[in-house]
Amino acid sequence: MTPPVRIAQLSCGPEYSGIQQEINEAAKAVNGEIFFPDIALKDIVHDFSEFGLDVRSPDLKLAIARAKALVDGRVEADAVFIATCFRCAEAAIVRNELRRYIHEHSKLPVVSYSFTERTTSGTLLTRMEALTTIARRRALLARETQQGITLGLDSGSATTKAIVMKDNKIVGTGWQPTTEVIKSANEVIAHALQEAGITRDEIQAVGTTGYGRFLVGNEIKADLIQEELTVNSKGAVYLANRQHGPATVIDIGGMDNKAISVMDGIPGTFTMGGICAGASGRFLEMTAKRLGVDITELGPLAMKGMGAQVPMNSYCIVFGTQSLVNALAAGSSREDVAAAACHSVAEQVFEQQLQEVDIKEPVIMVGGTSLIEGLVRAMGELLKVEIVVPPYSQYIGAVGSALLASGFIKDD
Amino acid sequence: MAKIFIYPSTSLILSDLVARYGHTPLSSATAIREHIQTAGFESAPLQISPEDPKKGLKWAAVEVPSGVRGRMSLYGPMIEACEAAIIIDNADLAFGCMGCARTNELLLFLVRQKDVPKLELEYPKNEEEGVTFVAAVRKFLTGLGGTK
Repeated sequence: MTPPVRIAQLSCGPEYSGIQQEINEAAKAVNGEIFFPDIALKDIVHDFSEFGLDVRSPDLKLAIARAKALVDGRVEADAVFIATCFRCAEAAIVRNELRRYIHEHSKLPVVSYSFTERTTSGTLLTRMEALTTIARRRALLARETQQGITLGLDSGSATTKAIVMKDNKIVGTGWQPTTEVIKSANEVIAHALQEAGITRDEIQAVGTTGYGRFLVGNEIKADLIQEELTVNSKGAVYLANRQHGPATVIDIGGMDNKAISVMDGIPGTFTMGGICAGASGRFLEMTAKRLGVDITELGPLAMKGMGAQVPMNSYCIVFGTQSLVNALAAGSSREDVAAAACHSVAEQVFEQQLQEVDIKEPVIMVGGTSLIEGLVRAMGELLKVEIVVPPYSQYIGAVGSALLASGFIKDD
Repeated sequence: MAKIFIYPSTSLILSDLVARYGHTPLSSATAIREHIQTAGFESAPLQISPEDPKKGLKWAAVEVPSGVRGRMSLYGPMIEACEAAIIIDNADLAFGCMGCARTNELLLFLVRQKDVPKLELEYPKNEEEGVTFVAAVRKFLTGLGGTK
């Protein structure tokens, strides 16, 4: 049996919030093992002073000292999980600085999370899976070209996508809204195979990702079943042809958003947000519906509008929609409302998530929402960078899966 | 004999001093022991469940971090039950360490508000101060009707 991935926990508060067990279970589910780096009392005082962040909470001082022990190599780990209470300002500062410190001074993958007493192992699972994948599958993630004939499937919360690749080229695509998970998967696979002119028997390896990855992966006997954080990072740098050096991947999805700081195609730090639907692709779908346009028309519409002319605060999807209705009733143009909706989503992602990863160019936007030009423009304005949207960006998870799955082709 | 809340509540030395004079120390060990000895529930390491931060709402509002509320669910009842308190300021980590500064601020405030006999001392920095420190604690505890 493969030895578990050792995940060092740096934290303040989970045991008193009653969620330590949830953290342990999430790690265990992906063959990870949580441990607390052991350090001497004198090292705590010394390391904390040396770090220079003068916090008052002893648990945070301990977390800082443990981070230094990991970076200095006094304690060995495969990955790091940083967790502190949601709404604690002191802890938020420490969480960010430790994440940055470990990212810059070691090769350890890091994920940080702010929890409440409602945090469950299910919420943490994808993050833990990404941590263990990066730690365990570095060789697989280093793959830069696709070989043979492979199929990638992304069973997302809103849409299901399939890609067939042959000799490093995309030869077939399939896309449809997710209804019944397996039925949607089978239909997009059939479409992609038909477009590629390839039969199911010719496929040499299959990879799945997305929310339905386990269900579909088991059904179609996938060789690789992997969370979307690593798969999307890989797909993004591959399609944007930026496989070497730093990059930032932003994926505003139907149910949650991902912001990933990547180095040589491998995620270093990442955040997954899903606190408010007002910051998701779902809000843009609702906006398009209210404006009477197809979601594919929302982007071009927004490009013609001026978002600043519409007072809009969509921090909640319900009130955001209400602002939209009010603006239309007050005489705002559809173009301006569309632009305001795009700006609102981009602003929320910028404020709530992008502060937790280091933005390094190129910034690559992927997922279905990257086709909404107004959203890409709004994000570019906020970050003050030129955003890269690679071809096939809406198929990112499927492309990443197909690419990585080729590592599973058995030599005859 | 009095129920005495100690701060840092994790201090075994302080807890032992209080017990030696026949009083009941109200400390972290007491509260956590109750949790750990509750059978049929698995929430390692402290056996604190997500329900405990909700109990902490009695002392801290919902916008207060869950870790503070979870801690208050342990310390809040002790502060309510205490008949006296000993507070050691700026204690060394080895003497007793309570992890969250925000919780510490809140519970010290609540103890100081309470109309019970209190002894508040600085943590001794040398042997001479140490002798004075122990003498002050002894005097306080005997003054409360302690034995020995």
